[in-house]
Amino acid sequence: MAEIAVRDALNQAIDEEMERDETVCIIGEEVAEYEGAYKVTRGLLKKYGAPRVQDTPITENGFTGLGIGAAMVGLRPIVEWMTFNFSIQALDQVINNAAKMRHMSGGQLKVPIVFRGPNGPAEYLSSQHSQALQSVYAHIPGLKVVSISNAYDAKGLLKSAIRDDNPVVFMEAELMYGWKGEVPDEEYLVPIGEAAVQREGDDVTLISFGKTMRPVHEAAEELANQGVNAEVIDLRTLRPLDEETVYASVRKTNRAVIVDEGWPIAGYGSYVGWLIGKNCFDELDAEVELVHSEDVPMPYNHTLELAVQPSTEKVVAAAKRVLYME
Amino acid sequence: MAENVLMVALSPTMEDGTIAGWSKKEGDSVSAGDVLCEVETDKATMDYESTQEGTLLKIIKGDGSSAKVGEPIAIIGEQGEDISDLEAEAAGGEAAGNGTGTGGETGKGGETGKGGETGKGGETGKGGEAAKEPAAEGRRGQRSSSGAKAPASAAAASTAGRGASGIVKASPLARKIASDRGIDIAQVPGSGPGGRVVKADVESFEGAPAAAATEGATEARRVTAALPGEDRTIPVNRMRATIAKRLGESKFRAPHFYLKLSVDMRGILSARTRLNKEVPEKVSLNAFMIKFAAEALKRHPNVNSSWQGDHIIEYRSVDIGLAVEMSAGGLITPVVRNCGNRGIVDIDADLKELIGKARDGGLQPEEYSGATFSISNLGNFGIEEFTAIINPPGSAILALGNTEKTAVFDENDNMSVVPKMKMTLSCDHRVVDGAAGARFLNDMKRMMEDPARALF
Repeated sequence: MAEIAVRDALNQAIDEEMERDETVCIIGEEVAEYEGAYKVTRGLLKKYGAPRVQDTPITENGFTGLGIGAAMVGLRPIVEWMTFNFSIQALDQVINNAAKMRHMSGGQLKVPIVFRGPNGPAEYLSSQHSQALQSVYAHIPGLKVVSISNAYDAKGLLKSAIRDDNPVVFMEAELMYGWKGEVPDEEYLVPIGEAAVQREGDDVTLISFGKTMRPVHEAAEELANQGVNAEVIDLRTLRPLDEETVYASVRKTNRAVIVDEGWPIAGYGSYVGWLIGKNCFDELDAEVELVHSEDVPMPYNHTLELAVQPSTEKVVAAAKRVLYME
Repeated sequence: MAENVLMVALSPTMEDGTIAGWSKKEGDSVSAGDVLCEVETDKATMDYESTQEGTLLKIIKGDGSSAKVGEPIAIIGEQGEDISDLEAEAAGGEAAGNGTGTGGETGKGGETGKGGETGKGGETGKGGEAAKEPAAEGRRGQRSSSGAKAPASAAAASTAGRGASGIVKASPLARKIASDRGIDIAQVPGSGPGGRVVKADVESFEGAPAAAATEGATEARRVTAALPGEDRTIPVNRMRATIAKRLGESKFRAPHFYLKLSVDMRGILSARTRLNKEVPEKVSLNAFMIKFAAEALKRHPNVNSSWQGDHIIEYRSVDIGLAVEMSAGGLITPVVRNCGNRGIVDIDADLKELIGKARDGGLQPEEYSGATFSISNLGNFGIEEFTAIINPPGSAILALGNTEKTAVFDENDNMSVVPKMKMTLSCDHRVVDGAAGARFLNDMKRMMEDPARALF
């Protein structure tokens, strides 16, 4: 097992899939000559050349539509969005074309495409460039939505996403690209639609996905110091959601804390909270807690920027509330 | 805008306080700094000074009632202001509060026993019987049929003092377990927020009916015997609860070990006699003991330390607490600060003042908290020797017995009579090892036997 960074795990996934299937290609801003704004596509232009590795103008709506069209006629494109903040430009293409074509053509068309890039706040990027848009995409029937938190899942899930015949929105994070983790030398896939129990415990279930898995694990450690065994679940796929893994855990612990770095109103975490309330009602010994980003545009001031987001302390406090510890 | 006046923590260990008496009455105007009421905390009775200004519109917690830290005790605002919202809120909280008794500690699993006991204590005797009946009824027939359950809940809501709306707050899981086991949820005291019944409450409630039955049986026997009179139930006051909690924590968490030796008291007694000839007020033996302990601690700072879980604090100042019995009952340890740098006369003056206040219950929190070392002296009661429980945050406590004439034989078997005192040092092994404690105690003994050694 090699220990590699998330960016290299993503690079290996793309490389292996391009090697395996010549219909796989990647387009986006700076993906070719510059080798990716976050160096995810390093070495690929040299190895596969244009147009399989294709730079585009700064036109998200245009190149996203280009990718969707190419997918409908037989390619398996990966569209890199430099950040999900820019993907808002291309929402019409994603929602009205990628997500609808299979349905509206009665199954005659399929759209095997991956939209990937960093989602959620990084640092010092202010309101327009710090948005966590998971609930926007997870809202749309016809899409699959994946959110990774480590190198192993990055590689395994991206390979599954590329091979999937449906449009897959694949969310990474700027701050995560350097995170290192063990990745097997041999080939493997992580199936879409399976959550992972990353830590077992029976006192409280902590549920999250993406970048906030870090504070969640730190909180679990802190709770362990205080004698609380937290179970930690990484959802990994937001759509379709692996509900059973969540329910099994909550039925065991009788308590759930959901951590979602998005906003609370109509947010993904709120949806998971509703599911738990509905399906585990008789098993709950406390209200379901949601740790979310504050309902404001991201402040530029760094102290405020950190204060509005979920943190280890907030997760610990929420867990203790549902445990009636304070 | 009318605002709640909240119970505040007036001592470091305070979790709730009892209103000893209101100094202001409803309608009085209040300025910041005015004394609103006196609050009996776990250690002392203290003035509650207002930080708010306006008119005292309503007293929520009257004389003698208790409130948890953070709970509203009164409402201050403008004369004539509408405070119905705050009143309703307080009424809801109060009703729920009554239901839970004073069980400040809600917890999961391990502490469930406590919640059950609290509930039972509040109802005393017959309440247990009452609780048994509806539960049995539930089992007999209409399992969780809502028609049968509703009237029972409503009746209980009034007797158990639940929310004014008559709704019993319970987690879904608690309801399910209660229904599975045929327990009427309305009879279960809730330990959660606002008196909510949670899983732990239902699980600990299970034993209650059986316990009540046994209680009834023994009571019946007692009636036929009828000679020694009824057993007395003594409510646990704040002081007793704090002693139970803190000393329980210390004894169960800190691994105690004990070192004992006897000291030839001729040196210290003659020093004291000489000193007392020169000073207007006699210096107590306790002041001497504090001084010698301080000198020994200066030489063995590892004993003047505290276990903090992931680190140890070695204190620079030697602050010695002396256990004092309060006249109203209970125990408190006033602390003489910085004993290492002070003379005996100075220490004694401080000690006399503190002991006076301690007996009357008038010590301020800063006068009784944070002892780095403690002494307990039961010599006056003729106790020869005993072992004391360490008083946190310190890591050792010295227990002093009485001074007794003892026959001592020298190497030639010549007997002489020597006044001797036995003292026992309790050490927290997490901080003080056997040899370290022994060195400290031996050093202290040698100083006491030859006071000039304190100069070495």
